[in-house]
Amino acid sequence: MELVQIQRRLVDYTKSLFMEGFLDAQFLQLQQLQDDSNPDFVFEVVSLFFEDSEKLLNELTIALDQPNVDFKKIDSHVHQLKGSSSSIGAQRVKNACIAFRNYCDVQNIEGCLTCLQQVKQECYLVKNKFETLFRLEQQIMASGGSVPTIELGF
Amino acid sequence: MSGNGASSSSLNMISGEDVVNNNLSALVVDDSPLLRLLHDIHLKKYGLKVQVAENGKVAVDLFHLGASFDLVLMDKEMPVMNGVEATKELRAMGVTSMIVGVTSKNGPGEQQAFMEAGLDYCFEKPLTPEIISFLLEELNKHNNKN
Repeated sequence: MELVQIQRRLVDYTKSLFMEGFLDAQFLQLQQLQDDSNPDFVFEVVSLFFEDSEKLLNELTIALDQPNVDFKKIDSHVHQLKGSSSSIGAQRVKNACIAFRNYCDVQNIEGCLTCLQQVKQECYLVKNKFETLFRLEQQIMASGGSVPTIELGF
Repeated sequence: MSGNGASSSSLNMISGEDVVNNNLSALVVDDSPLLRLLHDIHLKKYGLKVQVAENGKVAVDLFHLGASFDLVLMDKEMPVMNGVEATKELRAMGVTSMIVGVTSKNGPGEQQAFMEAGLDYCFEKPLTPEIISFLLEELNKHNNKN
């Protein structure tokens, strides 16, 4: 595939992620922080997010499986996950965490379990989206091109 | 020193203006490696010298050892020593740095308790370029007065 075609594909793919709600403007802020002195910044931050989220989701699974559920602990984990997802612009994960916290507030175990599945699903989906995004970027770089930037308001 | 900061809604935002500061230092205090990296890079882009600390105790220990910073970004919820305790301790030590609380969205009561610990400002994380520009403008004004 020609370089221009891959670049076009990346732009269209990225726009679709915003349209479908996977990403929000915070992701564009991340991209703007990346430069020649930090060429892998976005990849590093996103990788940190998925390392964090995996640990937190495991903790949440264990916590919700206890005979006496500690909702304060669960809320703390979800709060953390909400913060980190918000920081990378993973909007759907963030929104799923907001719903999760609402069920924690009222100590609704079934609601929490449903939300946990929802958060896991959204993390899985956005991870796949990021993998595709980074793969397209790598193809562009390998072809000697530059990664096009997306402006807000497209 | 008492906190006299503003909520984000009452800011006089400076938008679209880069404020590059080559002689200011900052300490990012956050238990999340992701947030530490994010704010570290963000502040470095504005020319600040940045150090990071993973909890309030590490931050307080740095000051005890004689370190000083113009700006401290303080997360609220941290293990070992949280942001409220760390801020109180720093103010009790006589630290006059600008301390900015960085929180996930909490109820107004929680943010107030954090402000009362001695913050200058408190914002929702992550900080945006507009908010960082505002903070640096305030820091420059403060430094020009002294």
